[in-house]
Amino acid sequence: MSSPVTHHAVHAAPKGFLRRYIFSTDHKVIGKQYYLLALFSVFVGMLLSVLMRYHMIYPDAKVSWFEKLWPTGAAGGIMTPELYLSLMTMHGTIMVFFVLTTAPQSGFGNYFLPLQIGAEDMAFPVINMLSFWTTFAALVVLLAAFFVPGGAPLSGWTAYPPLSAVGEIAGPGQGTGQTLWILSIALFCAASLMGAINFIATTIDLRAKGMTLMRMPLTCWAWFVTAILSLLGFAVLLAAGILLLLDRTAGTSFFLPAGLVVNDQILNHKGGSPLLWQHLFWFFGHPEVYIAILPGMGLTSTVLSVFARKPIFGYRAMVYAILAIGFLGFLVWGHHMFVSGMNPYTGIAFSVLTMAIGVPSAIKTFNWIGTLWGARIRFTTPMLFALGFVSLFVTGGISGIFLGQPALDLYLHDTYFVVGHFHMIMGVAAIFGIFAGTYYWFPKMYGRMMNETLGKIHFYLTFIGVYAIFTPMHFVGVAGNPRRYPNFKEFEFLGELLPVHTFMTHAAFFTAAAQLIFLFNFFWSMKKGAKAPVNPWEATTLEWTVPSPPPHDNFGGRLPEVYRGAYEYSVPGAEKDYLMQNEPAVAVKE
Amino acid sequence: MAEARSETLVPASAWGGGASPFAMNSKKLGMWLFIISDALTFSALLVAYTYLRLATPNWPTPFHFSPSILFASLMTFVLLSSSLTMVMGVHAMNHGHRRRAVGWILATMAGGAAFVILHATEWRHLIVDEGVTPFSNPWNEPLFGATFFALTGLHMTHVIVGVLYLGVIAIGVGRGKFKPEDVEVSGLYWHFVDLVWMFIFPLVYLMSVHI
Repeated sequence: MSSPVTHHAVHAAPKGFLRRYIFSTDHKVIGKQYYLLALFSVFVGMLLSVLMRYHMIYPDAKVSWFEKLWPTGAAGGIMTPELYLSLMTMHGTIMVFFVLTTAPQSGFGNYFLPLQIGAEDMAFPVINMLSFWTTFAALVVLLAAFFVPGGAPLSGWTAYPPLSAVGEIAGPGQGTGQTLWILSIALFCAASLMGAINFIATTIDLRAKGMTLMRMPLTCWAWFVTAILSLLGFAVLLAAGILLLLDRTAGTSFFLPAGLVVNDQILNHKGGSPLLWQHLFWFFGHPEVYIAILPGMGLTSTVLSVFARKPIFGYRAMVYAILAIGFLGFLVWGHHMFVSGMNPYTGIAFSVLTMAIGVPSAIKTFNWIGTLWGARIRFTTPMLFALGFVSLFVTGGISGIFLGQPALDLYLHDTYFVVGHFHMIMGVAAIFGIFAGTYYWFPKMYGRMMNETLGKIHFYLTFIGVYAIFTPMHFVGVAGNPRRYPNFKEFEFLGELLPVHTFMTHAAFFTAAAQLIFLFNFFWSMKKGAKAPVNPWEATTLEWTVPSPPPHDNFGGRLPEVYRGAYEYSVPGAEKDYLMQNEPAVAVKE
Repeated sequence: MAEARSETLVPASAWGGGASPFAMNSKKLGMWLFIISDALTFSALLVAYTYLRLATPNWPTPFHFSPSILFASLMTFVLLSSSLTMVMGVHAMNHGHRRRAVGWILATMAGGAAFVILHATEWRHLIVDEGVTPFSNPWNEPLFGATFFALTGLHMTHVIVGVLYLGVIAIGVGRGKFKPEDVEVSGLYWHFVDLVWMFIFPLVYLMSVHI
């Protein structure tokens, strides 16, 4: 059953600076806006992490500009524990929401989903623009928390109550700062819902003729499933945020039990449950992990196939694995709560379901390796980052199997083991996906190639750097080093681990410095890079059939027709070693 | 020169492009997706309500058949009737009766507005006469009021937004700007808001009756 629809996505190229570059409804401009917002955010977030690492090994150092930036939080230039926690909160929130959620999905997805499925734009261009500017407002509101009295909140990116719910009494930053945090997240939820609706409707409705679901590039599958996760996950976070805001501003007690004593004061609350927040939060929070990583998986699949010059191994299995991961992701939130007080039987159920995610994850990993098997690999920068993604995904995934078992998690949960684990898999693996995407798609987005030599240097330094930072975290975690502590020198039993922390901090400085190479390469190539041809990587998907950068209406008014799947490399009998998705017939050598 | 296999990986296509699956245009699909998402937001609140209620040993059940339940039943009747008028509006629009459609949409808006007024009256009664607020109440179980006002408040917000939305639709239809499907999409939203009430009414009102 199908009915003809009008070309609702078509709109004329706008004139004027504002309509073209600021309030644009063009998915390509919006994609770039999202990407640049994430690029700004990632450097802010990285700066915060460097400051934290510095404080960890030099907790007594007097830094004059700390005091200038945070007159109360760093009086006399010495960072207070509260300031440390506020940096941690902001680091986590900025990285999770405004980098890992924004860049791979809203950034690359916006730019390349319509191009890859052969559409002229997203299904709802105006909503698309609104969703970007709502995200922008969310970032502004979040960063404003630094500048209000009391400063940024202390309760982590998970905002666990009671700390997050009781207000100023719980510490600086828990007043206005925490309220701004909730407002920012609520705005982000709204923006993500708009984005998710757009992605799903676009994928279902706007595919070009012949672009069946099973011919879509795996990037499109990943964006599609990620959009479904956003649609369902952020809706629940929004509800939780409303309740938390009511607890803070309307005097309700949703998350606050009776008899709570904070800073020697008895609070007048009754009946609420901090565990309720954890359930609602992690119902969103666990799918959020997949929101961050799935687009990277899709991209890695494509990049491995392009530079191995082979079809992706087990395309259908890859699709089903993405769907399975997305589905199972909604059933495992309890594994974040093993130590929060949970019936052991419930814990076992969550544990088994968590282990089950290992199956589709392993399918993906083996298929990636199968794709590389026997290939003449082209070691370009995007390929290196995609290989790095696979490596980090496996490393981070294996420690996840440890943590998914309640008995082990009881010991490891509040240690650096968890910090190492989620930074490996959700942090740097996803970031490597973003880097791979940047190097891979930059020629299409900006019409110029990025510098390969700088790119490779960036890759090797970063790859070594992130392993040097995060591998030792697992060891200090097993040795019992608690997380979220600002000053290890106060604890005798942690004295032995201090040299390891010194090493990690230096590795963090080193890795952060290496990112400047990327930043330079990015902006230098934008202006001075070699002109990019239409299809520099000899890839098959539709974005490589249009000029770099593509014109306003993508395909010049003539929508492409699709005749084959997205991974037809080294097809026997074909003249070239790749067949574009819109190539109707194959010229054959006799 | 023979043609090599051009379909190595994927079988022949049934997808013609330029058409929407299930004869559903993007706007309608978008509204369905929004409804799914919004349903999860309400579900989260209902789960929170259930969770907190089960965790409270002496959850108050202060509502009496008269006037509380009678009044809430009247609200339910008004809201459900507005769904019926909405159906009539969509039907009229589908058959090309624009002016009749505007009339039905206005009737729907009137139903929604009446619901809000009745609801506000009930809130006023609870707050002023009974002393039930989001943070305290005579039965010393503050969460009774908190969950009540959070759930009904979010729902009432949806009704108010719906009335405004229908107002825009009514004006657009009157001026001939909107198509039948635009009316249908607004109808989807309206029915969803009613459906949410059909969860709130038994869970929050009927289950809080004094027995």
